[in-house]
Amino acid sequence: MTRVLIPSGALGLNYDPEALARGLAAKPDIIAIDGGSTDSGPSYLGRGVSKYARASTKLEWAGLMAARAKAGVPLVIGTAGTCGTDSAVDWMLDITREIASEHGTTLKVAVLRSSQDPDRIAQSFEAGEITPLPGAPEVSTTDIRACANIVALAGIEQIAAAIETGADIIIAGRTTDTAIIAALPLMQGCHAGGAWHGAKIGECGALCATNPQSGVILIDFDTTGFTVTPLADGAHASPHTVSAHMLYENSDPFILHEPGGHLDVTAASYTALNDTSVRVEGSKWVPSDRYTVKLEGARPAGARTVVMALLRDPRYVANAAAWADDIVTKCTAKVLDRMNICAEDFRLEIRLMGQSASFGALETRTGDPVEIGVIGIITAPSEAQAAEIGKLLNPYLLHHPLTQEEEQPTFAFLFSPPEMHQGIVYEFTLHHVLHLENPMDAFRLEVIDIG
Amino acid sequence: MAELGTLVTKVRSKNAGPFWLTVDIFCGNAEVYSRVVRDLKTTQIADVFHADSQTIKRFDMPNLNVVKFSLPRPTVQGAIGDRDMHGASWAALVGELDI
Repeated sequence: MTRVLIPSGALGLNYDPEALARGLAAKPDIIAIDGGSTDSGPSYLGRGVSKYARASTKLEWAGLMAARAKAGVPLVIGTAGTCGTDSAVDWMLDITREIASEHGTTLKVAVLRSSQDPDRIAQSFEAGEITPLPGAPEVSTTDIRACANIVALAGIEQIAAAIETGADIIIAGRTTDTAIIAALPLMQGCHAGGAWHGAKIGECGALCATNPQSGVILIDFDTTGFTVTPLADGAHASPHTVSAHMLYENSDPFILHEPGGHLDVTAASYTALNDTSVRVEGSKWVPSDRYTVKLEGARPAGARTVVMALLRDPRYVANAAAWADDIVTKCTAKVLDRMNICAEDFRLEIRLMGQSASFGALETRTGDPVEIGVIGIITAPSEAQAAEIGKLLNPYLLHHPLTQEEEQPTFAFLFSPPEMHQGIVYEFTLHHVLHLENPMDAFRLEVIDIG
Repeated sequence: MAELGTLVTKVRSKNAGPFWLTVDIFCGNAEVYSRVVRDLKTTQIADVFHADSQTIKRFDMPNLNVVKFSLPRPTVQGAIGDRDMHGASWAALVGELDI
């Protein structure tokens, strides 16, 4: 039996210290926590940074490092620093060193790096070693080389190699959400379908239970399946909450693709052991012929400037769409007339909050809002060009009249200046898998002694 | 005719990775589930998202009383034209469907 303690769905989301203490008392074999995902968008991968505050990450990580020392078992984080690039891994390593130094701790840390060289990925693409997944964008080697960061998602093989170093702490770059949980049970001979399925159920912490904010859960893996138990006061898992978790953020609720095969839960059975724990058996692991790892990449999509204004005059609120369309037409013409830029090199868009900002052309309802928030969004090749277009848009959002006859109106700007500069923004580029002869081929493992 | 969102317990939408959107309709009981399975057409979901119904995956799940749809995201997550980073707002459009 392998017992895995999962403090929460992600480091940075906080966890219940009492529930964690309960988990430690149950003598886990490993503590595993996820550090990220793509869910917050391409900017984090593009810049190679964490979305969570360093202060929160440090506080929560220090708590887990103390829990690890108490339990005397490995602590593993996957997808360190939201995106799992080498820079995010180094950030996490730096925090780990700082905590160890403050507590005078000696540690053996295994670092698994997942970043890929865009040139090498472009060569693999040309060599036919990279295959698109359903829904993947069309990409060229130029697009791949333009990526600011590319990561490969490690599976259990790479995590197992890190665990085998005997490290106290494993800081992994991008991994699949499940790999850090499934690795040790699989190394110890637990049921393969059960290991992957339990890992999927556990990867969001207590999201598979009735009190999703509570975080901490314990999963026992064995030779026929797994048992999941949420540890917070008042948290319950039921066959319904556990089986329903396979729906969450999964395009297919029965099949989950992983490096080296896929999980099939079609025949899984879910049984309540009591009002807290659920037993799951019957899930199946189907190995694949080729070993592949998924790739994620983000490339610059330009620089963005945002200008906001508020419409409260009832006539302007009622005619906001026509007003905004007229501004986009006139301001675009002015940009082309006054700046040395082509129409295809920039994008100027106005979205109307309170009317159609959520869905644009897909909106089916109309309403009678009190006010409308106007968001002017400019994307241009450089930050200077985006800022310049923002300045050209500024007078329109302040004063543009519905008709030439009326007195010049003035709308509300929230700030001085009203333009907000986001700098370079990124777009996801890859939804592909890379074929590997050896699972470690795209990854680097290093063991570091701290203190 | 009734609005889907008033019949069921919950309609949830979420990213399934940056390139896919998934919509879960929690019907709450077998009776509502049967009605939703019978009356909610995949083409209606396609119309909501201006999508090709051939690209939509549908899962009718009687054990959970859930009907699930997955489709390529109407706009890739975080792309210049995207309006909702986590894809959760789209549930509202599905909940407003008449069946």
